[in-house]
Amino acid sequence: MLGNLIILAQLRLFPPTASKQASQIDALYWFLTVVSVAMTALIFIGVTVFAWKYQRKRHPKATQIEGSTKLELFWSISPLLVMLVMFAWGAQLYFAAQQPPRDAMEIFVTGKQWMWKVQYPDGGREINALHVPVGQPVKLTMASEDVIHSFSIPAFRVRHDVIPGRYNSLWFTATKPGHYHLFCTEYCGNQHAKMIGWVDVLDERSYANWASGGGTQGTLAEQGEKLFQQFGCSTCHLLDQQGRCPVLRGLYNKPVQLADGSTVMADDAYIRESILDPNAKIAAGFEPNVMPHFKGQISEENVIQLIAYVKSLSPSTPSSQQGPQQRPTVIAPTTRNPRASTSGNIGKSGLQRQQ
Amino acid sequence: MATLAQGTPEVVATEVNYLNVEHGWKSWLLTTDHKRIAILYLISITLMFFVGGAFAVLFRINLLEPEGLFAPETYNRLFSMHGIIMVFFFLVPSIPATLANFLIPIMVGAKDLAFPRVNLLSWYIYVLGAIFTLYAVIRGGVDTGWTFYAPYSSTYSNSYVLAAAFGVFTSGFSSILTGLNFIVTVHKMRAPGMTWSRLPLFVWSNYATGLIQVLGTPVIAITLLLLAFERIAHVGIFDPNIGGDPILFQHLFWFYSHPAVYIMILPGMGVISEIMACFSKKRIFGYNFVAFSSMAIAVLSFVVWGHHMFVTGESMYTSVAFSFLSFLVAVPSAIKVFNWTATMYKGSVSFDTPMLYAFGFIGLFTIGGLTGLYLATLATDVATHGTYFIVAHFHYVMVGGMVMAFMGGLHYWWPKMTGRMYPEAWSKFAALIVFIGFNLTFFPQFILGYLGMPRRYYSYPPEFQALNVLSTAGASILGIGYLIPMVYFIWSLKYGPKASKNPWGAAGLEWQIQSPPTTFNFDETPIVTEEAYNYGPLEEVVG
Repeated sequence: MLGNLIILAQLRLFPPTASKQASQIDALYWFLTVVSVAMTALIFIGVTVFAWKYQRKRHPKATQIEGSTKLELFWSISPLLVMLVMFAWGAQLYFAAQQPPRDAMEIFVTGKQWMWKVQYPDGGREINALHVPVGQPVKLTMASEDVIHSFSIPAFRVRHDVIPGRYNSLWFTATKPGHYHLFCTEYCGNQHAKMIGWVDVLDERSYANWASGGGTQGTLAEQGEKLFQQFGCSTCHLLDQQGRCPVLRGLYNKPVQLADGSTVMADDAYIRESILDPNAKIAAGFEPNVMPHFKGQISEENVIQLIAYVKSLSPSTPSSQQGPQQRPTVIAPTTRNPRASTSGNIGKSGLQRQQ
Repeated sequence: MATLAQGTPEVVATEVNYLNVEHGWKSWLLTTDHKRIAILYLISITLMFFVGGAFAVLFRINLLEPEGLFAPETYNRLFSMHGIIMVFFFLVPSIPATLANFLIPIMVGAKDLAFPRVNLLSWYIYVLGAIFTLYAVIRGGVDTGWTFYAPYSSTYSNSYVLAAAFGVFTSGFSSILTGLNFIVTVHKMRAPGMTWSRLPLFVWSNYATGLIQVLGTPVIAITLLLLAFERIAHVGIFDPNIGGDPILFQHLFWFYSHPAVYIMILPGMGVISEIMACFSKKRIFGYNFVAFSSMAIAVLSFVVWGHHMFVTGESMYTSVAFSFLSFLVAVPSAIKVFNWTATMYKGSVSFDTPMLYAFGFIGLFTIGGLTGLYLATLATDVATHGTYFIVAHFHYVMVGGMVMAFMGGLHYWWPKMTGRMYPEAWSKFAALIVFIGFNLTFFPQFILGYLGMPRRYYSYPPEFQALNVLSTAGASILGIGYLIPMVYFIWSLKYGPKASKNPWGAAGLEWQIQSPPTTFNFDETPIVTEEAYNYGPLEEVVG
């Protein structure tokens, strides 16, 4: 009995609304719901009234009617018009969801059977937990080590599949401090149901305090630099003069001329591919088969660190603004304020991070 | 029962019919009579339905507790096998291979389908496919979900993927052969005077289904072969680690599996058209529009598959195009619902069991269709993709729609197929139980879905428990609702009152021949002189 009461006490009918996208999508959701309820009611009333009024007892002989082209056109075209509103509204929100603001803070997520690994630009790392500041656009760049996963935060109404072999991304602006579910929503094997975690949205002060823990192994770019030395990349990719391989300084987000005459943008996807499978695209003026391929040799997390390092070599490019030296604006100089640790809205794991 | 009494004197006890013309196993296993093959199919798919249903009851029990009651391996295999069996071995063949197999030749005035032996072959292929799949179940099952998404299925899963996939691959051929047989029969075997515009709408909808079966099914066969190729020979097709593309699998899979959704609903729509006309004693409102909408659905169904992939990162413009096309395919379905409703206007409506199922269909299919709009709309699809919202939506269409129609059709034509009446009171009671149980099972899942509960989770956060308990309670009621007809149908074979040739006073060729029909249906080829649903002369034209 008590058990039943507890179950009922926890009953929720609507998810928390904790991001800008969430309230926009909810408006559309309610529009769809109102239309659906109205249509269901219309059909229900139509069936009930006709069935009652023309039941055999009252109406023993049917009147044969051919149909009506006018009516057919009416009930084809009018639903279509309402649906066009749904279509346009949904497409507009979907477009916005595909275009992260340029000042978005970038966080990296790697999906792996069965956990989410999170890497922050300052070098901090977490598993199955994500901490984000309130009011700041956040862009997640996501990769998978194995099968398809899907990253979903119901309270933000955001979701994107995390497909192996490529970068996938989504973005959101959290609006309400709190502790929210994070789920994998693409079946990924035995412990799929345990590939869950928490998103903590912190107010500015709490976030600054949480972030001040920093990475003891340096920023993401510094971790990448260590790998760069460790794997011997630096012997061919020289910093300031041309070696056997292209100079990486100033490369990030610049067009690269390829040996086959085409041009690609040196973005995350290109750099990832060039690390894992260097022969896929050869820069003009360089030989293939010089660099060993790293596919299967290093983890997606290492790739993310290396990209962060390459990015840090091009400090002027806009999308590196959230790099190690330029922390998001919410990181105020009040970082060390002792009161921060007692301010509310910090989740269970709010102040602990693994390094 | 009044309608039954009217017809009773016509029944002659010793008539020869397709059931008693020959006896013995051989006369069934080597038959080429479309009616006997329909019965073979009916027995086979009923068995598969109860196997798939038992899996569903088991995993619903698991979900009573947030931490789950079974091992995750068990749960994952249960939902996967439920999906595979219900989709490929129940829903796809459900109405086409049983009711349509029985009725299409009769409805067009023919002695049999165009290729009777191919018809028997299709049943054997179906059984072979079912055996492979059941072998996979007995060996320990498959845990990929019915969607077989790569690279999980091709590289990572340790379950019996190949056996199950081979079963599905095989059963596809039976589906193709059935579809082919219907198309040729409708084109070439119509009796004199049976013009296209006089065909019953049940024939139209199964003809449209046949087109999808023939054009779509080869693609799933190719997809599963490629999957097997990658799993056995490690050739990189879908797994990015060996040079493949996992999205390619989804394109190929949904290129069949979205049209397949219409294989699973169009025949049901045909049944509802027949039932609404018969129990309103009135011709279908807007015959041409209802017939044309089946064809429109068949064509459009091939260009909407991308709506399963809005969150995979397919190009924005691709998504927008697929979203738009998905709204278009909703229009013909809406046309049908409006026309069925309008058919009752100025009709003479009776509430026999088939009609109750038809009411259930209209209500549940309407909800299933309208919630589909949330998934055609890009932004709300992102919010609900991969959650219980999807599960609820497609069960409203597949179970609330197709299974309701199947039950309605089975009750409607049971007297024709078996020569016996089922018990009226029990059947009405069961229809009510099915309706209540269904809604209790699946309505809470819409709420769970928007709350964010992902599908295919063996455990879940505790705040989702109340709705899950409701859903499981509903599933047990629904299960009972399906068992009751099973019992009284079997009972009726021996104890049911004998059926007259036309117990419902229905129009249509199948009601002009004896119940059950003779082997060749008609003593002489009928000559058709009137349109379908001729329940009286036209009296009124609206608008």
